Amino acid sequence: MNDILQGLSAAFRLIITFDGELAEITLRSFQVTLSAVAIGSLLGLPFGAWLAVNRFRMRRYTIAVLNALMGLPPVVVGLFVYILFSRSGPFGVLGLLFTPTVMIIAQVIIITPLIASIAHQAIRELWAEYHDLLLSLNTTKRQRIMTLIWDGRRALLTAALAGFGRAIGEVGAIMIVGGNIDHATRVLTTAIALETGKGDFALALGLGFILIGLAIVLNLAIHILSRTEQGGRW
Amino acid sequence: MVKSILPLVLTGAATRKRGKTLIGPVDLTVGAKGFTIVIGPNGSGKTSFLQLMHGLGRVSKGGVRWNVSQAEAQRQQAYVFQTPIMMRRRVVDCIAYPLLLTGTGRKAARARAAEWATRLGLGEALDRPATVLSGGEKQKLALARALIRKPEILFLDEPCANLDGRATREIETILLEAYRAGTRIVMATHDMGQAKRLSTEIAFLYKGMIHEYGSAETFFSAPKTHEAQAFLRGDILE
Repeated sequence: MNDILQGLSAAFRLIITFDGELAEITLRSFQVTLSAVAIGSLLGLPFGAWLAVNRFRMRRYTIAVLNALMGLPPVVVGLFVYILFSRSGPFGVLGLLFTPTVMIIAQVIIITPLIASIAHQAIRELWAEYHDLLLSLNTTKRQRIMTLIWDGRRALLTAALAGFGRAIGEVGAIMIVGGNIDHATRVLTTAIALETGKGDFALALGLGFILIGLAIVLNLAIHILSRTEQGGRW
Repeated sequence: MVKSILPLVLTGAATRKRGKTLIGPVDLTVGAKGFTIVIGPNGSGKTSFLQLMHGLGRVSKGGVRWNVSQAEAQRQQAYVFQTPIMMRRRVVDCIAYPLLLTGTGRKAARARAAEWATRLGLGEALDRPATVLSGGEKQKLALARALIRKPEILFLDEPCANLDGRATREIETILLEAYRAGTRIVMATHDMGQAKRLSTEIAFLYKGMIHEYGSAETFFSAPKTHEAQAFLRGDILE
């Protein structure tokens, strides 16, 4: 109990004194995660919609695999990305290992299936509703997908936020591919892991509270900005 | 003069679903002019019949042929569903949607949508979300959305089901206007009064087969088949 109180006070102190290092790793956390969410959404949302409106032979298996990939172990993803981008790997020449870029790549791999799967669930229901109308109006596949994404945007926001939630709290993959290098690839989660290892529970807890707090603030901000859960809105 | 998509010719057309024949085989020609009312007891296949012609239902056997290519014909048709499908958009955007699909700019499409909405009595509701409209308003929105592309032929599936007298009359007025302006109309209804008020042609459907097809006057004064006679008498056909 004492540790938790100390953690709270550590978090408080870090915020009040506007700790430079804290600001740096927080910003990097958000930079990496938001980039990954943006790319993951660009890939996952249209793919989810595409899956909803298309009927093809392997559709059921594709969806089953996609759902399974939602639980992809981050450590394994990190390992794969590490091997691909290490000096001797196929992408070694790019020299991206231990940079924020490769951390983004790893997170994109982790969250895209999650975003696509939730998007697919949401779009499928909307598609059932719109199906006859869009067919009757003689829409192309592309128009259908665009319409469903636009009209289902609020449900799709949830998909993106779920991706954000998974990426911001993720530590296994970015620890491996980023290396937790001070002033280069250290983010909130890897810093917490490090401080815990060092036995500095107060600082680790402080960082943890800041991480949770920021995630809540961002979610609230998006909900307020997009005005979900308000009367007469979708 | 642009080539008309009519007549529509059905030759032995049939729709089957899960091994059961819903419609047909039907041989029928829908001519260039007229206000056709499709009547028949519940489950006789009115909806499937309309969807078969419109291209929403699969043609399992036979042919459904327009006077022009299938792609061309699809652009010239519109369909109003029994339960109007409301998009999660504002009323004006719902009505403008078909125009956006064919490449009209957003601003021009909205302006035309507003025009149509006003014509159909939805002028006040332009900025409201479509999903909160009343039943009658939803049906009017669906009509405006169907008419905005100026289709040559308009299919309607019981557009006045569940509507009160006033809303029904308003919708009938709009339909007659569209008909007088040259739109070919094919509409299903179970309301015999409405059938008599609107039709120039009747298609009597029973158990998926067209039992009678011809001028409304002849049908109502001297129906040829037993089933039609019974239906007009008010007997319950099973």
